Amino acid sequence: MPREKYRWTRGGKNKSGRGGELHVTCRNGKAKQQKEPGERGELRGNPRRWVVILNKFGHPETRGLENDVAVRDAKETRKMRRIVARRAKDCYHTLNSPSSSLFHRSLSSASSSSAVDSMGPPPKSAAALSVDSINPNVLKCEYAVRGEIVSIALRLQQELQEKPGSHPFDEILYCNIGNPQSLGQQPITFFREVLSLCDHPTILDRSETQGLFSSDSIERAWQILDQIPGRATGAYSHSQGIKGLRDTIAAGIAERDGFPADPSDIFLTDGASPAVHMMMQLLIRLDSDGILCPIPQYPLYSASIALHGGTLVPYYLDEAAGWGLEISDLKMQVEDARSKGITVRALVVINPGNPTGQVLAEDNQREIVDFCQEEGLVLLADEVYQENVYVPDKKFHSFKKISRSMGYGEKDISLVSFQSVSKGYYGECGKRGGYMEVTGFSPDIREQIYKLASVNLCSNISGQILASLVMSPPKVGDESYESYLAEKNGILSSLARRAKTLEDALNSLEGVTCNKAEGAMYLFPRILLSQKAIKAAEAAKTAPDAFYAKSLLHATGIVVVPGSGFGQVPGTWHFRTTILPQEDKIPAVVSRLTEFHQKFMDEFRD
Amino acid sequence: MSPKALDYDSLNENVKKVQYAVRGELYLRASELQKEGKKIIFTNVGNPHALGQKPLTFPRQVVALCQAPFLLDDPNVGLIFPADAIARAKHYLSLTSGGLGAYSDSRGLPGIRKEVAEFIERRDGYPSDPELIFLTDGASKGVMQILNTIIRGEGDGILVPVPQYPLYSATISLFGGSLVPYYLEETANWGLDVNNLRQSVAEARKRGITVRAMVIINPGNPTGQCLSEANLKEIIRFCYLENLVLLGDEVYQQNIYQDERPFISARKVLLDMGPPISKGVQLVSFHTVSKGYWGECGQRGGYFEMTNIPPQTVDEIYKIASISLSPNVPGQIFLGLMVNPPKPGDISYLKFVTESKGILESLRRRAQIMTDGFNSCRNVVCNFTEGAMYSFPQIHLPPKAIEAAKKARKVPDVFYCLKLLEATGISTVPGSGFGQKEGVFHLRTTILPAEEDMPAIMDSFKKFNDEFMAQYEDNRGYSRM
Repeated sequence: MPREKYRWTRGGKNKSGRGGELHVTCRNGKAKQQKEPGERGELRGNPRRWVVILNKFGHPETRGLENDVAVRDAKETRKMRRIVARRAKDCYHTLNSPSSSLFHRSLSSASSSSAVDSMGPPPKSAAALSVDSINPNVLKCEYAVRGEIVSIALRLQQELQEKPGSHPFDEILYCNIGNPQSLGQQPITFFREVLSLCDHPTILDRSETQGLFSSDSIERAWQILDQIPGRATGAYSHSQGIKGLRDTIAAGIAERDGFPADPSDIFLTDGASPAVHMMMQLLIRLDSDGILCPIPQYPLYSASIALHGGTLVPYYLDEAAGWGLEISDLKMQVEDARSKGITVRALVVINPGNPTGQVLAEDNQREIVDFCQEEGLVLLADEVYQENVYVPDKKFHSFKKISRSMGYGEKDISLVSFQSVSKGYYGECGKRGGYMEVTGFSPDIREQIYKLASVNLCSNISGQILASLVMSPPKVGDESYESYLAEKNGILSSLARRAKTLEDALNSLEGVTCNKAEGAMYLFPRILLSQKAIKAAEAAKTAPDAFYAKSLLHATGIVVVPGSGFGQVPGTWHFRTTILPQEDKIPAVVSRLTEFHQKFMDEFRD
Repeated sequence: MSPKALDYDSLNENVKKVQYAVRGELYLRASELQKEGKKIIFTNVGNPHALGQKPLTFPRQVVALCQAPFLLDDPNVGLIFPADAIARAKHYLSLTSGGLGAYSDSRGLPGIRKEVAEFIERRDGYPSDPELIFLTDGASKGVMQILNTIIRGEGDGILVPVPQYPLYSATISLFGGSLVPYYLEETANWGLDVNNLRQSVAEARKRGITVRAMVIINPGNPTGQCLSEANLKEIIRFCYLENLVLLGDEVYQQNIYQDERPFISARKVLLDMGPPISKGVQLVSFHTVSKGYWGECGQRGGYFEMTNIPPQTVDEIYKIASISLSPNVPGQIFLGLMVNPPKPGDISYLKFVTESKGILESLRRRAQIMTDGFNSCRNVVCNFTEGAMYSFPQIHLPPKAIEAAKKARKVPDVFYCLKLLEATGISTVPGSGFGQKEGVFHLRTTILPAEEDMPAIMDSFKKFNDEFMAQYEDNRGYSRM
C-alpha cells in the first residue's frame, strides 16, 4: 500500500519580498476514511483541531504540521491561523472527496502554484477573448442585412444630424430590412389595445378604461389573462409558451389549413429566428451535415448553419422562371453533396420567398413534399410571409396543409413551419414573437426540443400574446372587426401597389430586370454591370454589387443589400430592396434611384 | 423509404448531453399533479410573479402606454395614467425608430444603453461606455451568446461553480465545451477558495483542456452567498494570472438580505484594483429585469456589459447578435425603467418606493423564515440566504433512504424531492441538478412563496421530513439521543 505523505511548504516570495502563503500539499494522498456523521459541526476554526483530525488518518508527517502550527500560533497573526486552518481543511476535504486522485496528480504543479502567488506578469498568450481565440464558427458567419452598408448608413445619418446639408439627400431610407414600422407603418389598433391591457391589467375593471379601449379588446385581454396562471404576465411561462395561447394558435392553424393542429406541437419563440437556430442546433452534428438552402436565400440560414458548424448545400432558384424551384435541380444538388460525403439532413423552403418574393405553386409544393418524404429530409418551411401575397392568381398554402392533403400524416414526414409576428400586415418586428409548429417527430426528439427551449426558460410574454392575436384576429360582428379589416386591407393593398410601382420602375432602368414580387416584402432586381464598373469595384476591393449599393447609398441615402449577401448565380449581380417605404415616399425613391442609376451607367459605360 | 432525418440516434450529441434540471423530472411531475387538481407550490424556478408577487405599477403603466401610443393623444388618458408615466412613455417612444413594433439596433436601443451606462456609473463610480453594453432577451440569451463566442470545442474549458445554476452546464454542453468545476465550500458558507480554483485549473490542464473563462454567480444561485470585496479581488487576480475571461452573473444584485456584505460589482472591484489588472482582465457582466424586486421574468429583458474586450471581438459579438435581429423592445423599455426608476419629486416616486421596499423587506423576512425552518428540521442543515432568491439546504439522507432510491432507480435527492412533492405539493429542484459533492444531497427552493403562506409551507415540510426520516432511519431511538 502506498504511503501517504504530506508536505508542508512555504509559498514563494513575491517581488516586494513579503512572504507568500503557506501551502499544505500531500503526496499519494488517497481517501481512506469516510467523513463521519456528526463531525460536520466540528470541522471549523481551530487549526490544531484540523491537524488532530489529519493525524487520526495516519499521516505521520502531519506531526510536523502540528508543530508548525504551534510555532505559527505564537508568532503569527490570527489571520495566518485562519489561513492555516483553511489549508488544513482543504486538505481534509480533498482527502475525503472521491476525486482526491486529482489532487495528487496536480501536485507536481505545487511549485508553479507558488509562482502564481508571487504575482508575476500574466502569461504572454493571446488575450482570453481576442479575435484569434474566439469560436471560428462565429468568424465564419455573415449577415449582410446588417452588414457594412448599414454601418455606413448609420454614419451618414449621424453626419446628417450633426451637419444638415452635408450630403445630397436629407434622410436615410432604410430599404435593407423588413422593418415596416420603422418606416411609418402603423400597428393594428386592436392588437395593441389588448397588449396594453395585458401589460397593465389593474386598469381592466376601471370604468374609465371603457372610454379609452374598445370593448372587445377588454374582453380579449380578460380571456388571455385567464389563460395565464395567476394572470401573471410578468412570470416565466411554460417553456413552449402559455398553453391557452397555444390552443388559440392551433385553432388558428386548423382554420387556415382545414386540418387539425395540436397545441403541443407549437413552440412559441422570440421571433422566428431563435426557432430556426434551435432546429439547426438539433440537426447539425458536424460539418458533414448538410442543409439544403435556396440561393438566393435569407442570410439567417447561411449564418445559423455556419454558426452551428454545418454545411450549406445550395439549390438555385431559377430567375428566368420567376424564381421557380426545380425538383431536378434539388435532386442533382443532393446527389452532388452526397458524393462529397455530406449527409443532407433538411431542406429549407422560404414561401413566399425572401429575397425573391415568389409564391410557390401548389403543384410545386407537392413535389417538394414528395421529395423530402422520399429522401428522408426534414422540411423546414419558413412561412413568415404567409399574409403577404399580392397577386390574385397566387395563394399561400402551408406545407402542412399540402402534405396532409396528399395523405401524408405524422409518421410520413417531418415538418417544421415557422411563423412570426414581424411580417404580414402586422409587421411587429420589435415584439419578437413567433412560433414553430413541429410535426412528424418522435416523442424522444420532441423531448429534446422541449429541453432546448427550457434552457432559455421561455419567450417573451408580450410576443406570445401577439402571436396568438395574429392567429385569431377579430371576427365578423366584433366591435373592432371593421376597423381591424380596414387597417389590414389598407396595409396589404398599399404594399401591393408599392411592389408594383417599384417593380415597374426597376424594369424601366437600363440593364435591370426584376421579377414580380408576388409576395413577401422584397424586390430582387438583377443588374447588368459593365466591365468598367466591375473593374472599379475590384479596385475598391468590394464585390461589384456591393460597389453599386454603396454608390447608391452615397448618392441617394437609399440603403439596399447587395445580392452577394443572399447568394446568386456566379457572375450575376443583384440587390435586395424592401417595398416598405411609405407610399408618399415611393415617387421620390423612384426618381432618386432612376437618376442615380442613369449616372452610374453613364459613368461606367464600357 | 429512408430513415427520417431526425431520428434520436442522428440527433446532435451535444443536444442530448444537455441537462436542465430546473424544468426537469420534478417540474414535469408537478405539472402532472397540478393537472390532476392537486395544489402545487412551485418553488422550482425564481419566478416571483407566478407566486403572487405584484408587478411594480409605474413600469407597467409606461409600457402599457408604449404599447398603445394612440392613448397618448387621448384627452382622457390622464384619468388612468399619471403624468410622469405619460412623459416617460413619450420619452421611450422617442428613443425608438417606430415604437415597440420596429426592430431596434441589434445591441438594443442606443438611448436605453445610455441609461444603462449611467446606472452602472452611479453604481460603480466609474464611467461606462454604452457601446460596450448589449441588451438581450433576458440574461440567459446573453450568457449563451458569450459562451458561443468563447467555446471552440471540447478542448475549451469554462470554470463554473458547483453547485451552479444549470444554465451554465447546459449551455457549455450545447456548444460542445468542457465544464471545469470548482467547488464552493458549504462549511464556509459557500465561500470560494482560490486554492480550490487553482487545483481545478491544474487538473483540467492535465487533461489537455484550455481553461478560457470563469463564471461567478454573485449573489449565488442556488447557494445564496454574497461575495466579499476581498474574495472578488482574489478571483480577479486569479483571472489575471491565468488569463481567463471573467463572466459575472450579477442578476441578483438587488436581492441582498443582510447588511454586512452589500453587493459589489466585479467591475467596480476590477477598476478599483488599478493597472495592470484593471486593464488586463476581460470581464462580461450580466443583469436582468427578471430578478430583484422587479421579478419581470416574462418580459425577457437583460443586458451584458463588456470590459477590456477588444473592439474586433466586440464587432464579432455584434454580428452574432444581429443574426437574431434585435432583443424585444418592450423588454428593453423595462430594462430602461429598471436602471432609471422614478426619482424623488416624481408623482409616482412614493408609490414606487413603497412597492419596491415592501417586496424587498418581505423577501428578507422570508429568507429568514425559510433558513430557520430548514435548520429546525431533522438531518437538514442550511446556510443563511444572504442574497438571491434561494435556499439550498443539505439533507442528510440515511443509508436506507439511499438504498430505497436505488431500488426506485432514482438519484437519492430526486427520490427525496419526489416524495416531498407527492406529500406536500412543494415542487423543488434536487441538488443533483446543480452539482454537489459526491454523497452529499441538497434541494433548492426559492424563497418566493407569499409571506403569509410561509409558516404553513415550512410546517408541512417539517412534517414530511420527520416522517421521511422516521421511515428510513435505523436505530431511531439511538440517533435521537
